[in-house]
Amino acid sequence: MSDILVDVHNLKKHFVNSRNWRGQPTGVQRAVDGVHFQIRRGETFGLVGESGSGKSTIGRCLLRLYDYTEGQVTFDGQPLGALSEKALKPFRRRIQSIFQDPYSSLNPNLNVLELISEPMKIHGIADSSERKDTIAELLEKVGLNRDHLYRYPHEFSGGQRQRISIARALSVRPEFIVCDEPISALDVSVQAQVVNMLEDLQAEFGLTYLFIAHDLSMVRHISDRIGVMYGGRLVEVATSDELYENPQHPYTRALLSSILETDPAKVAERIRPDGFTIIRNDEHAAPLEEISPGHFVAFDYQ
Amino acid sequence: MTERLLSVDNLKVSFATRDGDNQAVRGISFHIDKGETLGIVGESGSGKSVTARSIMSLISSPGRITDGSIQFRGQDCLTWSEKEWRKLRGNRISMIFQDPMTSLNPLKRIGQQLTEVLRRHRGLDRQQANNEAERLLREVGISDAKTRLRQYPHEFSGGMRQRVMIAMALSCQPDLLIADEPTTALDATIQAQILDLFKNLKQYSDTSIALITHDLGVVAQVCTRVIVMYGGLIMEEGRVEDIFYRPQHPYTKGLLGSLPQRGSGSRERLVPIEGTPPNLLAPPSGCPFAERCPQAFARCAEMPPIVETEKGHYSMCWLSHQAATADNHDLTSEGVEHNE
Repeated sequence: MSDILVDVHNLKKHFVNSRNWRGQPTGVQRAVDGVHFQIRRGETFGLVGESGSGKSTIGRCLLRLYDYTEGQVTFDGQPLGALSEKALKPFRRRIQSIFQDPYSSLNPNLNVLELISEPMKIHGIADSSERKDTIAELLEKVGLNRDHLYRYPHEFSGGQRQRISIARALSVRPEFIVCDEPISALDVSVQAQVVNMLEDLQAEFGLTYLFIAHDLSMVRHISDRIGVMYGGRLVEVATSDELYENPQHPYTRALLSSILETDPAKVAERIRPDGFTIIRNDEHAAPLEEISPGHFVAFDYQ
Repeated sequence: MTERLLSVDNLKVSFATRDGDNQAVRGISFHIDKGETLGIVGESGSGKSVTARSIMSLISSPGRITDGSIQFRGQDCLTWSEKEWRKLRGNRISMIFQDPMTSLNPLKRIGQQLTEVLRRHRGLDRQQANNEAERLLREVGISDAKTRLRQYPHEFSGGMRQRVMIAMALSCQPDLLIADEPTTALDATIQAQILDLFKNLKQYSDTSIALITHDLGVVAQVCTRVIVMYGGLIMEEGRVEDIFYRPQHPYTKGLLGSLPQRGSGSRERLVPIEGTPPNLLAPPSGCPFAERCPQAFARCAEMPPIVETEKGHYSMCWLSHQAATADNHDLTSEGVEHNE
């Protein structure tokens, strides 16, 4: 069993914005443009970057909600890019997702029992007689209880809905969960509850997370390693403490300098994100070079 | 130097719903002095945005102000007519909203939208208004202002639009600027730039700012004084140093504690506040935070008094009350602004 669970190799996802009269693409948005990284079994890999940097697109490519333009995503040794929907089904169980908005990601017409049993039915987990008990157990794991089984999403607060989303993702016993901004819609006091729960569940079930977020202090807290996205490319990858204490790429520096200290006396010196130019080669992304063990930087700037 | 600009006294706002009155704001009193930046912190549903809207007289049915008074420069604003309000809104008091995507008219050029305000409130002619608009855009850090004025909102990024909103809000040199979550929708690097703009404003003009946010980092970096709201009430009020270095109320302590610590110990477990905020359709008669408070005791079933723990630092908590009465030979005043 290899140590690497997810291997992203030269991933590209281009969106065609406009076509000419022959149907040839004229305007292409290079949302993700040549990204390499690997996620180890049992770790949390954080992905940060500004809106439009391609971090969510990567998440969706890993879930194969998008077919990628180029490159390959290998999950547990199996390339997923070319698989048919039928061949992909077992992987759909093993790779789950939690999205940002707990208001729109749950079907308002289904109660909690129906919401959570839906993926279980699809993947044939637990027969109908024991399903209810399994779900009740799951609800307790995420801090809800049996009484909530027959309630509908509108009866829950944002934090509770996010718990339902998490229970739903866990119901099919996944190995890898793509968390796309799972806490940014929640209140500060509730964010910590959900983050703690994600950490507990990871320890209990040996889960691997891809944690996409823009809240830099929370990402540092939850991630083992972090990748920084800029303009569809990864510009720096390092362990979280190394990245925050020793950032190399000018964009990473600008990003980290924008963290607001929760201490009125500490005013971080702001590094503006426009003090550098990215040298962009459309064909190949600048390779990530290892400057110290486990710390990779793309030297694509001036 | 401290001239009182706005004072709110025992403000209560409720919204009629099918299930009864949602008491969004349940009797709050605070003030804003000239030139200061007041942070209003709270979770969603704590009543912070409703407070801001009440100040702007933007509460419309089914919501209504049920009690209390708001005084702007010593005048009672609740009695003003809509006509009088229109002279003030955007002129003496202006407001910036969270979402810069929806608060600009997509069909009008930026220039038109900016000059409209200038011509209406400051009576400038077209040429003067254009020059002024250009100057304002430059002031908020938009380069190439002349071309920018001819563009439409969709040609601006989120951060740029928020700058335009700020330029518009500042165009009449208001006495009070209310910013409701001005940076929440923006990226971290852009947020930092917008906050720098607020800091400049604080330094170089005597506009007072009421900054509503849920982000304690924003408060720490920009505000001079803070009020912490929870369940429609003010839990704690004080200077920014009081709140961050010597928080008194368990809720404020909980909020600060639930943030990840910076530095190498960052993987230590977070300390969340368990539970969920109270239902304001039937708010608890006692302390709204009692249910989630780790230090709650029997007396918390009664509404706690507001206690001044040090000069200008108030906490609405029985614990502060106990501490204050324990050494009541000190000059600690108590229950000064307590209502009911």
